[in-house]
Amino acid sequence: MSTGVDGGTAATGTSRAAAVTKLDRVVIRFAGDSGDGMQLTGDRFTSEAAAFGNDLSTMPNFPAEIRAPQGTIPGVSSFQVHFADYDILTPGDRPDVLVAMNPAALKANIADLPAGGTLIVNTDEFVKRNLTKVGYAANPLEDDSLAGYQVHQVAMATITQGALADTGLGKKDAERCKNMFALGLLSWMYHRPTEGTERFLREKFAKKPEIAEANVLAFRAGFYYGETTEAFAVTYEVAPAKLAPGTYRQITGNTALAYGIVAAAQQSKLPVLLGTYPITPASDILHELSKYKQFGITTFQAEDEIAGICAALGASYGGALGVTSTSGPGVALKSETIGLGVMTELPLLVVDVQRGGPSTGLPTKTEQADLLQAMYGRNGESPVPIIAPQSPADCFAAALEATHIALKYRTPVLLLSDGAVANGSEPWLIPDVEDLPDLTVEFATEPNSPDGSAFWPYLRDPETLARAWAVPGTPGLQHRIGGLEKADGTGNISYEPDNHDRMVRLRQAKIDNIPVPDLEVDDPSGKARVLVLGWGSSYGPIGAACRRVRKLGHSVAQAHLRNLNPFPANLGDVLRSYDKVVVPEMNLGQLALLLRGKYLVDVVSYTKVAGLPFKAEELQNVLTDIVKGVDAA
Amino acid sequence: MTTIDLGLPGLAGVPTTDEPQKAKDYKSDQEVRWCPGCGDYVVLNAVQSFLPTLGLRRENIVFISGIGCSSRFPYYMNTYGMHSIHGRAPAIATGLATARPDLSVWVVTGDGDALSIGGNHLIHTLRRNVNLKILLFNNRIYGLTKGQYSPTSEPGKVTKSTPMGSLDYPFNPVSLALGAEATFVGRALDSDRVGLTEVLRQAAEHRGSALVEIYQNCPIFNDGAFDVLKEAGEAERRLIPLEHGKPIRFGASGEYGVVRAGFGSLEVAKVSEVGEDALVVHDAHAEDPSFAFALSRLSTQDLSHTVTGVFRSVSRATYDDQARAQVDDAKASKAADLTSLLRGKDTWTVIA
Repeated sequence: MSTGVDGGTAATGTSRAAAVTKLDRVVIRFAGDSGDGMQLTGDRFTSEAAAFGNDLSTMPNFPAEIRAPQGTIPGVSSFQVHFADYDILTPGDRPDVLVAMNPAALKANIADLPAGGTLIVNTDEFVKRNLTKVGYAANPLEDDSLAGYQVHQVAMATITQGALADTGLGKKDAERCKNMFALGLLSWMYHRPTEGTERFLREKFAKKPEIAEANVLAFRAGFYYGETTEAFAVTYEVAPAKLAPGTYRQITGNTALAYGIVAAAQQSKLPVLLGTYPITPASDILHELSKYKQFGITTFQAEDEIAGICAALGASYGGALGVTSTSGPGVALKSETIGLGVMTELPLLVVDVQRGGPSTGLPTKTEQADLLQAMYGRNGESPVPIIAPQSPADCFAAALEATHIALKYRTPVLLLSDGAVANGSEPWLIPDVEDLPDLTVEFATEPNSPDGSAFWPYLRDPETLARAWAVPGTPGLQHRIGGLEKADGTGNISYEPDNHDRMVRLRQAKIDNIPVPDLEVDDPSGKARVLVLGWGSSYGPIGAACRRVRKLGHSVAQAHLRNLNPFPANLGDVLRSYDKVVVPEMNLGQLALLLRGKYLVDVVSYTKVAGLPFKAEELQNVLTDIVKGVDAA
Repeated sequence: MTTIDLGLPGLAGVPTTDEPQKAKDYKSDQEVRWCPGCGDYVVLNAVQSFLPTLGLRRENIVFISGIGCSSRFPYYMNTYGMHSIHGRAPAIATGLATARPDLSVWVVTGDGDALSIGGNHLIHTLRRNVNLKILLFNNRIYGLTKGQYSPTSEPGKVTKSTPMGSLDYPFNPVSLALGAEATFVGRALDSDRVGLTEVLRQAAEHRGSALVEIYQNCPIFNDGAFDVLKEAGEAERRLIPLEHGKPIRFGASGEYGVVRAGFGSLEVAKVSEVGEDALVVHDAHAEDPSFAFALSRLSTQDLSHTVTGVFRSVSRATYDDQARAQVDDAKASKAADLTSLLRGKDTWTVIA
């Protein structure tokens, strides 16, 4: 078995005795109608891979409509899972195996399946009406249009209905279990453990035992179908990955982020109030946190985005940890309140799970185009720290770090996740609770004015520049804050010109001086002349691309920004020590603009805004060309 | 200091003091900067005189405001306070009241702040019944932006922004609040210190959202808007004061009263014509808001009649009490075990 390269060709070695092929990595894409349960199917397969000890990375892709017209291309929902016996970085560029539950799913996804790839089709849906609906003049299963693939035609609905004939379940309900049939078949093909899925189904449908049993039966029917028919001559094994020692679980970005907030509540010993409004792709943070009231977490589903953040800020004013979660359009609505948080210098965590924009844009697709909104999207000089997690599991630590900064520096903090990070999943090395940072804060309890007679809310800690924070209920420290400019120190309203100039600079300096870790550069050769610098969820594809470029014999350095405001102190030096700096972004060059403006370095901006993560192959080509050009110069 | 329960449900949980308080204890050191003759002064004085009677610890009182002339109110109160952004005070106060059961939370807002830019937050706060008191200063004009018509201005109002007259049909704030099923709605005139104080007292005692509309004169941009309600000879036949449990009767010698009309509505009649027995007895505790709504419709934009006092005061569980109860229930029934949460159900271990 060779060490694979993420997105590269799988190495195979056939074991004749068992007719088992060993692979180092596989990418499977489940595709069907949005009512077919493909997200659940993919998620279960992922859990099986996780339980087996593979490294993995997933990418759900679904329409914004809950039930787009059945059987149409816009209604196709898919889930891609990449699992491997080594540490992988992305959900994979292209599937090795495509499961297509209907003609629309086939049509929408077949172009991504490389020649020779495995295609498993649910033939029951390939009837004239469905074919016509998506523009197939002829049945592609009957002509030679799929000749380049290994096609397995399985009448999934028919077989599932047959398997459930004795359960007394209606035909339609039985047919709905066909996704579990597909899961069973794939589980057999890839030697996945099945106990977890059966347990999961029984728990999920605990209140409807007959549905639970039907799903288990369908799942087993798929597994036995693979075992007993001769259609599938080979099965595949992907060995467990050699990850760093420790206990792992599979986790999505939104869940990890919610856990980070729970941990922040615990570590700060503060109650949390999440004020929020449902919005794709951030709503799961609300769903998740609403389950953890025992940790002192209140979730407030407000009347709108503005009320959500206002309630969070009101709670922070009262000495709680205020959190709001949203996506780009919501940040636009919240911007005035973020400004109020900057002015009143209160802690506030603002989570922006970015999606395609502008306006409503692509609600279920990913993008990184809110960086400048986070940085500058408010009136006046209104600086806020910005942190961007680089992968699903990283959301946990990012949420803790963002909270730490918000509490310590009394400021709103923007946490920039995105759709790919939020809905994608990967193994997470579960941290030891003992090792989590201490986030406790000290509230003001005594007058602090120079003569000791009064409380001045805008006296600052000389080191952090954070203001004194006295919460209502503290005797003797009654004071008023608000959106009007404050006099330095006393906090009284001030329209004095020099005071405003000083306060604008103080607020900026407070953010600029937040210590953030130095940028680390990964350059195994030590000879790279080209640096590729990314931020946020492009970490995976950029890392995979760098591995490939290096494998081709070139040197390339990789660094990834987690702190986007303030930038790491060494960023300027790092940028200037390379002949070329390439900045791939899922926007039109927002980080590149900031880097050029601040460091006067003419970075090469490579951009794509397709609503999908970069493909490793695409970045590999871009980087290889640039590296070759620099090396030749 | 003590933390005796005063038996005022609206203030349950807010610590009290036996130290005597005076109005001046509630005055901050900031110079009041409203225009001379502004009705806001009168309201400020009334509130500063009224609060000491509650006997609460001053540090447990918070005033939150939005934007507008009236929203400068918190700066002049020696309590905790936040002057926030336009229209959002009820939302900020909702978060604060939910996080802190030990605070008496007051919102100060105006007709533009509460009914125009902040209309959404107002109605949702009222329907949720968050335990906070909303003082809506209604001067029927935008003062801070120098004289544009507001959502309570009369149609056809000529202002800087409407030289040919405004086209908007105005809100009746009390009707709006009752439409949102507010559990407490009252109205008072800035000039009526006694009436205002009585409505404030009942609002403070109410557990849940209380909306108090205060007619307030703007001497600069809408001077005299409520003069007819203050003139001797006019006021008596226009003002309809409410008192729970009493027949609704008014006029210099009680010559007018309120009687039932068609479709659940009410109308004004001469007592001599309908007889005393026909007068409606005010029931502020009626569960069905239709009665209070019918009362609110007696108030007309031209002030030919204006109902004052407490329209409605009913008991309904508050949002914040229930939210805290859910957290308490969860704490009592589930362990807050972070390690077990992070591990979840399915883990695997990689051995070195």
